[in-house]
Amino acid sequence: MKSNSRPRTILRTYPYWFYLPAALVFGVFFVVPTMLAFYFSLTRWTLFDATFIGLDNYERFLNDPQLMAGLRNTFIYAVITSGLKVIISLPLAMLLTSSLRLKGLLRGIIFFPVLVSTVAVGITFASLMQPSVGLINTVLGALGLPRPDWLGNPGLALYSVALVDVWKGIGIATVIFIAGILSIPLDFFEAARLEGETWVKFRYVILPLARNATFTVILLSFIGGLRTFDLIWTMTRGGPGFASDVLTSVIYKQYQAGFYGLSVAGNVVLFILVTIIVYPLMRFFNRAELEL
Amino acid sequence: MTVRKFIVSVWLDVTALIIIGTIFVVPFMFIFLTAAKTGPEAALFQFTWPSQFQFFENLREVLEFGDRRMLLALWNSTILTVGSVTLIVLLSALVAFVMQRRRDRMASVVNSIMLAGLIIPPAVVPTIFVLQQVGLYKTLIGLILVEVAFTMPFATLIFRTFMASIPGEIDEAAIIDGASPLQVFFSVILPLLRPAIVTVIVVSSVAIYNDFTGPLYFLPGGQNVTAQLTLYSFISQFSSRWHLLFADVVIITIPPLIMFMFFQRQIVSGMTAGAIKG
Repeated sequence: MKSNSRPRTILRTYPYWFYLPAALVFGVFFVVPTMLAFYFSLTRWTLFDATFIGLDNYERFLNDPQLMAGLRNTFIYAVITSGLKVIISLPLAMLLTSSLRLKGLLRGIIFFPVLVSTVAVGITFASLMQPSVGLINTVLGALGLPRPDWLGNPGLALYSVALVDVWKGIGIATVIFIAGILSIPLDFFEAARLEGETWVKFRYVILPLARNATFTVILLSFIGGLRTFDLIWTMTRGGPGFASDVLTSVIYKQYQAGFYGLSVAGNVVLFILVTIIVYPLMRFFNRAELEL
Repeated sequence: MTVRKFIVSVWLDVTALIIIGTIFVVPFMFIFLTAAKTGPEAALFQFTWPSQFQFFENLREVLEFGDRRMLLALWNSTILTVGSVTLIVLLSALVAFVMQRRRDRMASVVNSIMLAGLIIPPAVVPTIFVLQQVGLYKTLIGLILVEVAFTMPFATLIFRTFMASIPGEIDEAAIIDGASPLQVFFSVILPLLRPAIVTVIVVSSVAIYNDFTGPLYFLPGGQNVTAQLTLYSFISQFSSRWHLLFADVVIITIPPLIMFMFFQRQIVSGMTAGAIKG
């Protein structure tokens, strides 16, 4: 290794104690709570004392239809939001790297919602999705289309929130794709131009060569989808009933109700879900990248 | 250029502008229009021009509501954001500096820990427990430290990537001149890290200012309210006073709007750089 051959005087300039302040904060406020979560999830816990009850919390979790609905919804939400973000933002990124005159303006418009508070977005769209007088249904009605109860229909609420999530997050997915497309050497496009069609450009140049960007978008929005809370909480609070509950809203509800052990068990379930999905995905993507 | 040719050359621009404008701008126009209406009119949720334009009156009412709670909230959010971001930049840059320069076993362990920190969802209730144990629950300092811990992985990875472009010979020159490690870091490295620092400041301040979950769990209580929590508590307090709720939305959207106008390039490059490499 290169570092071992460097003189000690140089290495002394990079002392290990520079890690210390960060290690202290990260250790105390992230690593320790994460470790504690595993222990406290096996207890009946009041924050002041904890009684060890083994796997009871997990058993309750698996047998409670509401909690299991939260688990299922979390997965559905992550799949839908990350899928839609890829499907919409890739063509959008192609449009915004084309010879469009307004591409700078349009990029800005699409990106701005990324920076707006999720709570504010949730409140705004809850009003726009109001079933009888909301703007969305007014427009749909004027066009003679059905006017769904976006947030009040238990079969629809989760998907409505997911759509708003896509609206808010499409900007970041699009700029990642734009960066991916712009990093493709121009020769490839020139070769494709000989073939003519936009489709050729898309299928044989952008799709394979912007693969890293695709992986990044999927990975980021999948992780974000699994961890989502703000939007669900401001738009539906997991309702109607528990039709749009996700793991994080279940964690919050159990915490509010004082079931800390159960709340932490929810956290551990989320931790496991993220780990078993994201790590294989990351490894797969890394291997695919090496093959490229 | 004939009229026909001109139309053909701009139709894509016009179509894209109409579609994207409708989808992305109308919600913001709705926010503004509702914030300018009277209470009863705002409650109709209509996309119409206010019959009585009282935008500034509504803003003032929100700012003065409940003993100027909004101003307190904006002040708390400012301290939270500035405090957290300062610590994030300092602590993460120190880590990235040593990690990138040493490139030893320890460095790769630290790197893996930071990557895991990006992915793993924080365990909220145990964090409350830890905050209580160290006496920082329901304090701004406590929340600042939590935000630092949660945002540090992102910042460290950005700094590490950028550190790689600063040649080690620069440090060595300073060392030969007799600079101590801290002097090398503060007077040589930190100034050279400037572009990365701007990125980290902009991206993490937007994230922390907009954070809702953090204050909700770790900073409950009226005295500690932050900008995002005013919205949340106004939902119940203002129950049917939608004009004030949306005036609140306008107020808390101003800081990210300013950030966006001045730092759009850094925000976009920061978010994509963090993403593509990560």
